[in-house]
Amino acid sequence: MRIVFEKRESVSRRATVLVPVVSFVVSLIFGAILLAVSGANPFVTYAAMVKGAVGSWYGITETLVKAIPLMLTGLAVSIAFRMRFWNIGAEGQLTLGGVAAAGVALYWSQGLPGWTVLPLAILAGIVAGALWAGIPAVLKAYLKVDETLTTLMLNYVAILYSEHLYYIAWRAPGYNSGTAKFPETAWLPQIAGRANVGLIFAIILAILLWLVFKYTRWGFELKIIGENQTAARYLGINIARNIVLALLLSGALSGLAGACEVLGLSRRLQQGLSVGYGYTAIIVAWMAQLNPIVILFVAILMAALLVGGDQIQMKMRLPASVGLVLQGMILIPMLAGTIFTEYRIRIVRPEKHAQPEVTS
Amino acid sequence: MNAESSPTPILEMRGITKHFPGVMANDHADLELYPGEVLALLGENGAGKSTLMNVLVGLYRPDEGEIYVRGQRVEIHSPRDAATLGIGMVHQNFMLVPTMTVAENIILGMTDLPFAPRMDEVARRIREISQRYNLEVDPNAYIWQLSVGEQQRVEILKLLYRGAEILILDEPTAVLTPQESHELGRIIKRMTDEGKSAIFITHKMEEVMEFSQWVRVMQAGKVVAVKKTAETNPQELARLMVGREVLFRLEKDACTPGDVILELRDVSADNDKGLPALRGVSFSIHGGEILGIAGVAGNGQRELAEVVTGLRKVTQGKILINGQERTNKSPLEIIQSGVSHIPADRIGMGVVGDMAVADNIAMKGYRQPPLTEHGILHPRRILELARRMIETFRIATPSPQTHIKFLSGGNIQKAILAREIDACAGLLVAVYPSRGLDVGATEAVRRRLLEQRDAGRAVLLISEDLEELLTIADRIAVLFEGRVMGILPADTADIETLGLMMAGAHESKE
Ligand SMILES: Nc1ncnc2c1ncn2[C@@H]1O[C@H](COP(=O)(O)OP(=O)(O)OP(=O)(O)O)[C@@H](O)[C@H]1O
Ligand SMILES: [Mg+2]
Repeated sequence: MRIVFEKRESVSRRATVLVPVVSFVVSLIFGAILLAVSGANPFVTYAAMVKGAVGSWYGITETLVKAIPLMLTGLAVSIAFRMRFWNIGAEGQLTLGGVAAAGVALYWSQGLPGWTVLPLAILAGIVAGALWAGIPAVLKAYLKVDETLTTLMLNYVAILYSEHLYYIAWRAPGYNSGTAKFPETAWLPQIAGRANVGLIFAIILAILLWLVFKYTRWGFELKIIGENQTAARYLGINIARNIVLALLLSGALSGLAGACEVLGLSRRLQQGLSVGYGYTAIIVAWMAQLNPIVILFVAILMAALLVGGDQIQMKMRLPASVGLVLQGMILIPMLAGTIFTEYRIRIVRPEKHAQPEVTS
Repeated sequence: MNAESSPTPILEMRGITKHFPGVMANDHADLELYPGEVLALLGENGAGKSTLMNVLVGLYRPDEGEIYVRGQRVEIHSPRDAATLGIGMVHQNFMLVPTMTVAENIILGMTDLPFAPRMDEVARRIREISQRYNLEVDPNAYIWQLSVGEQQRVEILKLLYRGAEILILDEPTAVLTPQESHELGRIIKRMTDEGKSAIFITHKMEEVMEFSQWVRVMQAGKVVAVKKTAETNPQELARLMVGREVLFRLEKDACTPGDVILELRDVSADNDKGLPALRGVSFSIHGGEILGIAGVAGNGQRELAEVVTGLRKVTQGKILINGQERTNKSPLEIIQSGVSHIPADRIGMGVVGDMAVADNIAMKGYRQPPLTEHGILHPRRILELARRMIETFRIATPSPQTHIKFLSGGNIQKAILAREIDACAGLLVAVYPSRGLDVGATEAVRRRLLEQRDAGRAVLLISEDLEELLTIADRIAVLFEGRVMGILPADTADIETLGLMMAGAHESKE
């Protein structure tokens, strides 16, 4: 008997649905082994995770709190990924979006009519994120500079700059770090627990993006560029301009995520703005196979994992690292699983003629 | 049924059936191959030839049917299994890694390699095999540096290196020049003399007659005829394939040239390696006229098509379309001045494999109404257009929504033709338009090109097939080392003169 890996003749629809589900189950088993090794009862721990994430109104709203930035950044990177532009800079774009929104909220709000402060702060976040993504896009589109490096490096620049601001330049007097609280005119309303209006933005944007990709000329062009650049050029599509436009949009969504974080959650610029949503977004987008609507749900799932992980740290007294390792452990099989949408495993039994004989 | 040729077949396929969503690609197909012989597999586009061969090398699993190799029943799950049995295939689209060397490509994917293969040893064996079969290639060259013909030699070397006894060649000559095809013929002869066997898929009747001992004709997945090559002829084969008489000649009305549509003045351009590919090319084409470009591949044809369509910059000279300067304009501006382009590289450039047939057909018209209004696509109208094109151009596809990469090679080409001819509004640049098409479809395409001409459009027809140029072109320009050696009226040109000019002789002036 032997096991063969066969390429599927066509990607099966059933596999694309089944694979993530099965992978998730495998992930849980791996996680359970890890927990058992570190001396915790896996069942109790998982129960605690689920309970922590969705077992109470508080848990549910906290899950949504984390889902909002994951949704927005997930949508953001999915736009870039459709064009095979490996934007791993959502983290930096989010951070800078937060910084810009904070800047408006803190320093521009005085002379302006009250109702304009919030829209302006959000807009500033969007623009900052867009520009921050625009830099690597222009470098790539016109000078062929590899985007994985540039987007990653710009993350550090943005994050360190934000630290400079809340530790030194914008620090509120009397605090070790963090700016002063924003004036209330700059607060993004919270709608459920601490979950803010960003949730509604994310849902609307996901639907819009889905429509754009399916029904607009621009979406059609982006798809062609993503699938086959040689064909795109031959068809007269302006590749460079479209890459830049798509990346501006991608950065804008990340910037919006950052703006929502500072205006709707912390309501000041402080440590904890950059906690890795922009990286987790890559996984979210990938697991959702870049489908905007699916991204919303995957983001909630990931957020639940994060919240649940935090809970077990507190409740089960596991070291903080176990929670993180557990989250990582759960992701690996889910990503590895995608290979089965393209390949399948067959077990070949050695019937009398089932094996090719080796010729001399 | 053909017991007289040799006692036991080296390969037998019995009752192979293969369904794809919406099509029966193989329908109880049988096949026999004898040692030391070449079997030609014929059939219209989409008849199921490539599918049958993909079943044989384990890329597809048949729904039904059995395969016997050297009399033994075998199950083939992957190309690796096939290789173990001594079966190897050169695909319609090559499968080489451009950024790797010839030697690296040849050993890529082999299972019985040492942990660190000695590349000098590999190169030595490659040279040995190349010498034995006259397959000239440098083992250390990178694939991207090689011409299509050379790449194909690498594919064949790869099979021989792995000790293949049964070679499958899927339309190997479609991309070759006549000279290269002859060379390939000699290589195949050499291999069969050594007792190896080959299955050869082609749409060219002369090649069937020249290379093969047996012919099998497929139609809609079934094998409809088995003939000894010596006992048949091209007309009969064409009839068996298409199910009707095929005219090998086309009626052509006299040319009534209108205004000049395309004019090149002293145009020069470089190739991808930065070397001069076009040197001072000048010619013009009128509406209602087909200008054929003859020449051995690699003499600037590709670059010529690309400068005209805006895909390549000229280094010198002027290009005018409808009397307006169009030098070094973007591909979009060229498209908007009414130019259509059937590219040489249909899979890489002509289509987007993972998009629907309908989308691919709409890829020229999607910018304007009726397909788009205010930036919003009308999927229903795209579908209608596609349905119309599928019918007029007889594109065999399970549905307009099928991803185009699942169509047979010839049907992909038909989809490109449909899109480009439909969108044409002045100039049609057609590069090897009948490449990979069956006899019926070839005839249809030539008729379409003539229709375009009769409708007053200008056609720039680049072809390696002199026969084709002589039947449908009005004038023929010969390209040699990037220069136009002369332009002859097609009705007075003959193959000898053209051949001499293609080898670099100037037009004789009497
Ligand atoms: N992977 C696939 N999925 C779905 N349909 C397929 C697939 N491969 C082939 N087909 C269909 O099977 C039929 C036979 O295709 P095949 O490629 O074998 O034709 P062919 O005889 O090689 O034609 P050509 O001369 O044009 O290369 C076609 O209708 C094609 O659309
Ligand atoms: Mg084929």
